[in-house]
Amino acid sequence: MLTQVTPVDTPAVEYSALLPVLLMLGGAVLLMTLGALLPRRRHTWWHATFTVFTALASAAAWWPLWFRARDDGALRVVADAYRVDGLTVLLGMVICAGVILTALLAHGYLRRERLEGPEPYVLLLLSAAGGQFMLGANDLLVLFIALEILSIAVYVLAGIHVRRARSGEAAFKYLILGALASAVLLYGIALVYGATGTTNLTGIQAFLSSNLLTNNLLLLAGVAMILGGLGFKVAAAPFHAWAPDVYEGSPSPVVAYMASGVKVAGFAALVRVFVVALSTYRTDWQPVVYVVAVLTLLVGSILSVQQTNVKRLLAYSSISHAGFMLVGIQAATSEGVQALAFYLATYTFTVAGSFGVATIVGRRGDNAHQLSDYQGLGKRAPLVAFAFLVFLLAQAGVPFTSGFLAKFYVLGAAVDARSFWLALVAMLSSVISAYAYLKVVLAMYGEDPDDDATGVTVPVGARIALVVSVAATLGFGLVPAPLTDTAHTAVASMVDPAPEQPAMAFPTGG
Amino acid sequence: MITAAALGAMPYLVLGALLFSAGTFGLLTRRNPLVMFMCLELMLNAVNLSFVALARELGDLRGQVAVFFVMVVAAAEVVVGLGIIVSIFRRRPGATADDLSLLKG
Repeated sequence: MLTQVTPVDTPAVEYSALLPVLLMLGGAVLLMTLGALLPRRRHTWWHATFTVFTALASAAAWWPLWFRARDDGALRVVADAYRVDGLTVLLGMVICAGVILTALLAHGYLRRERLEGPEPYVLLLLSAAGGQFMLGANDLLVLFIALEILSIAVYVLAGIHVRRARSGEAAFKYLILGALASAVLLYGIALVYGATGTTNLTGIQAFLSSNLLTNNLLLLAGVAMILGGLGFKVAAAPFHAWAPDVYEGSPSPVVAYMASGVKVAGFAALVRVFVVALSTYRTDWQPVVYVVAVLTLLVGSILSVQQTNVKRLLAYSSISHAGFMLVGIQAATSEGVQALAFYLATYTFTVAGSFGVATIVGRRGDNAHQLSDYQGLGKRAPLVAFAFLVFLLAQAGVPFTSGFLAKFYVLGAAVDARSFWLALVAMLSSVISAYAYLKVVLAMYGEDPDDDATGVTVPVGARIALVVSVAATLGFGLVPAPLTDTAHTAVASMVDPAPEQPAMAFPTGG
Repeated sequence: MITAAALGAMPYLVLGALLFSAGTFGLLTRRNPLVMFMCLELMLNAVNLSFVALARELGDLRGQVAVFFVMVVAAAEVVVGLGIIVSIFRRRPGATADDLSLLKG
C-alpha cells in the first residue's frame, strides 16, 4: 500500500548542458538511418568522416560548458542527477579524441577486413555517448545506465569481426563477465541506497557527513561491490582476467577505444563515487584501493614480461597503467584527481596510437601480433616503428614523453598523501614493465626482417591518427603546462562553492 | 503471531542475497550459454527484489523506480547477448562455453 499519491513534479531539463551527449546520440541515430537508406557501396569515406565530425561537434559543444563550469562552478542538471564540472568537460573532450582516433583507425581496418558498413561507427558513437553521460553522472542509477549504454555497445564492437572466431569469443567473454560486473555494481548500488536512503551522490555525501551509522555493514558491503563493478570496467586486479583475452581477440581499433574511452569513463565514476561522495569514509576505502592498486600494478607489469603476443603485452601494460591511475584515486586529494586527469588525457593518445600500430602490423586477418611479426619493423616501415617506439617509451615513462610526467604527477600525489610504499611499488612496476617494452623495441630494431617479410601499408586515416598521437605524446611531454593548468582548473571547479561545507569534497592530504 | 510487517525488509533482503548468490554461482559454473543468461537474469532480479524491499523500508519511491530501469537494461543486455551467442554458435551448433578457448596465455 502506497502511503499517498502525490502529483509528480518533473525536474527542469537544461538541454544546453546535455548537448555534447545528445549530439553523439543524434549522430549515431542519423548515421544508422542514413546508412540504411543510402545504397551500400564499397570503399565509402563518409561513415568515418561523419563519425569524426560528430565527435568534433561534441567536443565543440563541450567548449562553452567549460567556461560556464569554470566561472560559475558545477552545473547541476536534471535535479542534480547529472553534473557538468571541469572534470566532466575535460574528460568529455578526451573521449571525443578517443572516438576520432578510433574512427580513423577503424576505417582502414574495416576496409582491409572487408567489413565496411556504418554499424561499427554507430556503435562507437553510442558507446561514447554513454561514456560522456557517465562522466557527469551524479546519481548512482544514472551512473549504472550510462555504464550500460557504454558497455553494451562495446560488447558488440568486440565481436564485430564476424568471420574471425577469436573476435566472437572475445565478445562472449566480455559480455558474460561484463554483465556479471554490472550486476555486482547494481547490487552495490542497492545496498548503498538501503544504507543512505538516496542514490544521489551529493545526497550520499551529505548524509554520511551529518550522520554516524551505528551499523555500517550494509554500506561497506555496497561500497565494496561498487568498487568491484567499476574495477572490472577499468581492468583493475583482481578483476582484470578478462582484459588480455578480450584485447587479444577484439578488432585492434576497438581495443584502442576500450583502453582509452572505457577507462576514462570508469575512472571518472571512481572519482565521483569514492573521492567525492565517500570522502567521509576515506579511512575505510583507502586501504582497499591501496591493495587493489598494488595488485594491479604488480600483476600488470610482471605478467606483461612473459607475453609473446604484442596485443596481450599491451593489455597487461594497460592493466599496470590502471594501477597507476588507481594510485591517483587512492591519494583522495585534489592533486591526485588532477594527476589522474592528466594521466587519462595523455594515456588516451598513447594507447590509441599503440593499438593503431598493432592494427597496421596485424595485416589482413588481424592475426600477425606475435613479437616475431615485429621483427625488423625498423627497416620495413621506419616511420611506423618510430611511432611505436615513441608510444612504448611514453608507456615506460621515459622523460620528454607525456608518460613520464603522467607517472611523475601521480607519484607526487601519492607521496603528498603519505603513501610512500605505494609510490615505491608503482616505480618498481614501472621498471618491470619497461623490460617488456624493451623486448618489443629490440624486436623492431635489433633484428633483421625475414627475407619474405613485406613492408606494411598504412591507410590514410591511420596515418593521421598516428601523427596526432605521436604529436600529443611528445607535445604533452615537452609542454605539459597547458594540460596541467586545465586539469587544475577542472578539479578546482568540482568543489561546491556552498559555504556550509567548505572543502568537504577534497580534504587536502599531508 | 509474527506478521510480515514486523519482520521488516530483512527476509526479502536475505532472499535477494540468496538469489543473487545462486545466480552468481550458476553463471560461473554452468557451461550452456543460455543457462548462463538465465543466471544473469536471476542476479538482476535479485537486485530488483532488494531495491523494492529497501524502498518499502525507507518509505521512498526511488528504489521502486530503479526496478523499471533495471528491467529495461536487463532486456537490452539479453537482446545483445543473444545476438552475440547466435552469431558465434550458428557455425558450431551444440557448442558450450568450454569450446571457446582460443584466447589464453
